[in-house]
Amino acid sequence: MATAAKIGIGSAINRVDGVEKVTGTARYAAEHPVENLLYGYIVEAAIAKGRIVSIDEEAARAVPGVVEVITHLNRPHVAWTDHSYKDELKIPGSPFRPLYDDRIQFSQQPIALVVAETFEAARFAASLVEVAYEAEAHNTDFEVAVGDKYVPKKKRSGYMAPKNRGDAAQAFADAPLKVSGDYRLAPEHHNPMEMFASTVEWHCDGSITVWDKTQGSQGVHAYLASVFGFSRKKVRVLNPYVGGAFGSGLRPQHQVFLAVLAAKMLERSVRVTMTRQQMFSHAYRPQAVQSIALGAETTGKLTAIRNAATTSTSRYEDNMENVVTWGLMNYDCPNADAEYTVAQVDTPTSADMRAPGAATGMTLFEIAIDEMAYVAKVDPLEFRLVNYSPIDAMNGTPYTSKALREAFREGAEAFGWSERSAEPRSMRDGKELVGWGCATGMWDAQFSKTSASAKLTANGHLEVACATSDIGTGSYTVMTLVAAETLGLPPEQITAKLGDSDLPTAPVEGGSWGAASTGAAVQLACQAVGKKLLKTAGKIAGAPLGDAKMDDVLFEDGCIVLKDTPTVRVPFGDAMHAADLTEIEEEETAAPGFGDMWKGLHKSKNTHSAIFAEVKVDEELGVVRVTRIVDAVAAGRIINPKTARSQILGGVVMGMGMALHEETFPDHRLGRWMNHNFGEYHVPVHADIHDIQVIFVDEPDSEVTPLGVKGLGEIGIVGTAAAIANAIFHATGKRVRSLPITIDKILG
Amino acid sequence: MNRFDYARPASVAEAVQAGAGEQVRYLAGGTNLIDLMKENVDRPMTVIDINRLPLGVIEELDGGGLRLGALLPNADTAWDARVEQRYPLLSSAILAGASPQLRNAATNGGNLNQRTRCYYFYDVATPCNKREPGSGCGAIGGVNRIHAILGASDQCIATHPSDMCVALAVLDATVQVTGPDGDRSIPIADYHRLPGDEPWRDNTLKPGELVTGIDLPAEDFTQNYTYLKLRDRLSYAFALVSIAVAMRVEDGAIAEARVALGGVAHKPWRSTEAEKLLKGQQPSPQAFGAFADALLAGAVGQGENDFKILLARKGIIRALKQAAEATPQSQTDKRVA
Repeated sequence: MATAAKIGIGSAINRVDGVEKVTGTARYAAEHPVENLLYGYIVEAAIAKGRIVSIDEEAARAVPGVVEVITHLNRPHVAWTDHSYKDELKIPGSPFRPLYDDRIQFSQQPIALVVAETFEAARFAASLVEVAYEAEAHNTDFEVAVGDKYVPKKKRSGYMAPKNRGDAAQAFADAPLKVSGDYRLAPEHHNPMEMFASTVEWHCDGSITVWDKTQGSQGVHAYLASVFGFSRKKVRVLNPYVGGAFGSGLRPQHQVFLAVLAAKMLERSVRVTMTRQQMFSHAYRPQAVQSIALGAETTGKLTAIRNAATTSTSRYEDNMENVVTWGLMNYDCPNADAEYTVAQVDTPTSADMRAPGAATGMTLFEIAIDEMAYVAKVDPLEFRLVNYSPIDAMNGTPYTSKALREAFREGAEAFGWSERSAEPRSMRDGKELVGWGCATGMWDAQFSKTSASAKLTANGHLEVACATSDIGTGSYTVMTLVAAETLGLPPEQITAKLGDSDLPTAPVEGGSWGAASTGAAVQLACQAVGKKLLKTAGKIAGAPLGDAKMDDVLFEDGCIVLKDTPTVRVPFGDAMHAADLTEIEEEETAAPGFGDMWKGLHKSKNTHSAIFAEVKVDEELGVVRVTRIVDAVAAGRIINPKTARSQILGGVVMGMGMALHEETFPDHRLGRWMNHNFGEYHVPVHADIHDIQVIFVDEPDSEVTPLGVKGLGEIGIVGTAAAIANAIFHATGKRVRSLPITIDKILG
Repeated sequence: MNRFDYARPASVAEAVQAGAGEQVRYLAGGTNLIDLMKENVDRPMTVIDINRLPLGVIEELDGGGLRLGALLPNADTAWDARVEQRYPLLSSAILAGASPQLRNAATNGGNLNQRTRCYYFYDVATPCNKREPGSGCGAIGGVNRIHAILGASDQCIATHPSDMCVALAVLDATVQVTGPDGDRSIPIADYHRLPGDEPWRDNTLKPGELVTGIDLPAEDFTQNYTYLKLRDRLSYAFALVSIAVAMRVEDGAIAEARVALGGVAHKPWRSTEAEKLLKGQQPSPQAFGAFADALLAGAVGQGENDFKILLARKGIIRALKQAAEATPQSQTDKRVA
């Protein structure tokens, strides 16, 4: 009998939750129906720094339907130590504690929650809460704050201190060719499609079920238990669907604190949803300035890299990113030094946003590299090959794999790079100047300890489960494909469960480690089920599989099959029946170091990409169109080419936003973001997006992670803005060193 | 939003009667008013839903013009064959605005009456003379990338955000209104106003007056016209500067040229005096440049928006060229013609 082609790792399938999402049956945090629900609306601070002198709630309380106005004055007891408020990211400092006291630490800080029978009553009443402040001097001007930049004493976990080599200062002084300058990135807000929201269902035994918009249900679970003193069994956090997050949901956001606070105080179910405007009241990508100095021989060989960057953080926490390390790792250059500092502004703590550090540091560095290529009169792609480092040049370690050279080759070929004319302003299409630029992208290939379970029932259905999240990344589909691959079942017979703090332990979803880590855990759990099946098959009369070991069999079409004698097939159901089992359930944990990973222990683990961009510029009017992008990505093994491509497309589009659009404007007198809405905070729209081609370069790597997977969530954004900025230079001869490149920076 | 009374009258007369009270707002497409209410920028005591009034049609006028019903959606107006054929500039300007979804909901009357997009106007935690008279203007000395370079006052530097109205200004449209004192017609040039020392007044409507339609006179600007919109992304962004041009070219010379600017002032910016400079001229960069300088006379930047003066000058020259050459800007192909 002919069987359909096996579907497993490498199969391009639709995302398994796609129908639920596009038909609206997938419920997001604010959409879970709960009986007798109250609605909370957040009152935000109007000043950036100071203290609350008084709060007049009278008018708010008089609004029909208003149940309570919760402030620091009447809130129930909550934890007070910094330790209690620490989340999985463990940012050094003193975490923000909502409604804790009268202190105002940033504009739009939540200072009260109005709770009412309807959302509209709560919102209107919130507008009537009169707050008197005692304002203190504040500063939100990063350029001023940079004057007091510093190296934080305590480093954030995951922070990699730059390692200097040679004598970069001397080498730069001696270099015949030089580029130096300050490169800047504007503050950006994540702005995922789904607003932050929490629905808290209060149960009569004092336990709560929380549907939260978060990248990690278990992180929120631990936070709520710690902050409110719940026993862990009395809290369950669910996030089965997340409408994007880009890092803004790595830490518990204040709406979940406020919703649980209200539920606990009122012993009622409560929902708190942020408005789009309120989405600007928390996480943002830090503003950055990076001073880069490059020296090179006349051949284009780099002799000196100097790289000093400062990013913004709050007054109360030291958020750090790996900004300056990327260029030092990626380029073969005997002399390099770097320095990383932070500077405090009176805003919320800046936060990880898609490829934190790399999207800033590598992107700006790749603009400087492009400048150096022009100074050296070397083709920008050739320049990158001349200075190619097959090893991690900063740490002196080999990579588990680095197929960047292949990415350059395949990307350049697809793009037609060889047709490029070298001189800026030399290519035209009608009235428009045409520019071609390229850049390198780089991100970490991370792996994080993760557990998963697999449960096979006698009817042939398999359920795999893990507490990880699917923030639109395709985790459900990854889990399904890995399970299908491991146990030889069609995807239709597999259900993936995630987004539930009760499920096997997983870290917050971020850093692009999800597919590699969850995939490995699911594979282990499914293999454990397979072992159990093989064992039970031994109880079948006549023992058709003999004394076959795991290595002797494979799993195919719901059967255990002898590799040497494929006609010998034992259906899963028969094996289970023989042992009188109705189901087999196994849970396994994938931890770093297992499989071939030990071989990669002392190697560097990274994804790479080669990005090529074409822009067409109406120079007179400053109008830029990004007409083509080719992104060739080397990211190990691709689990699902279809959702993988979508990941890169999304990253590239976000990179286009970084290049041309995204910028949050502060009013420094008010200490407040002013374009805090989707009309005036610009992300690319369809009209801005043209042809984007994604290429996955073959990159086998058994050492990086158990499945050879490196992760794709972030690599798509890194360097994209540089390729566009470099293309704009090629088109116009105008070098813009601050992103985004808006119309006014090209005009005139 | 606040609690309000709601009425849904069946006739214009009933609507006007209901509209006579204090703090009354007419609700049409709701694409702006509802947002303003959600953010507590506007707190009407009464909302009169006029969507059932019979104002959603296009009528022929004696003399060859068209009357656009106030309640006709922007999209239906732009795609109407009569408008497309006889007033392609208007179709183009409408299609340059907002998003398809918004154009489907937003009405012609609502487009006229939409409020500014000034950041400070929308944020009740900040000062704004337009929203809260006497509180000051946050945008002066603040974040003002999108603000006015012409006709501003020391009370307000907001702009009118419409694209449609910029075309209407060029087409010499007339706004038909009715109210407690009966019907009247307001030339488009007199409809919107400059902020002066009453920045809370966007237009010259009297309390309770209701826009019923927009009259377009019979004109033939079907060949030499354009609507060029320059903005921070290629769709769904308000104009940094937009330029509407309607021109008649006879024997290679400009017989008549009308130009209005959007995104630069509290109303569509037009100068019939400056337009005289173009009359009889051969189309040329010099003639266009001289006109641009005249139209932009007195332009003042506020800091972050200084670039708009140069952008406007270059945009005017390009738009005049597009119109003179009968190569109007496409609103689907974002390449600048």
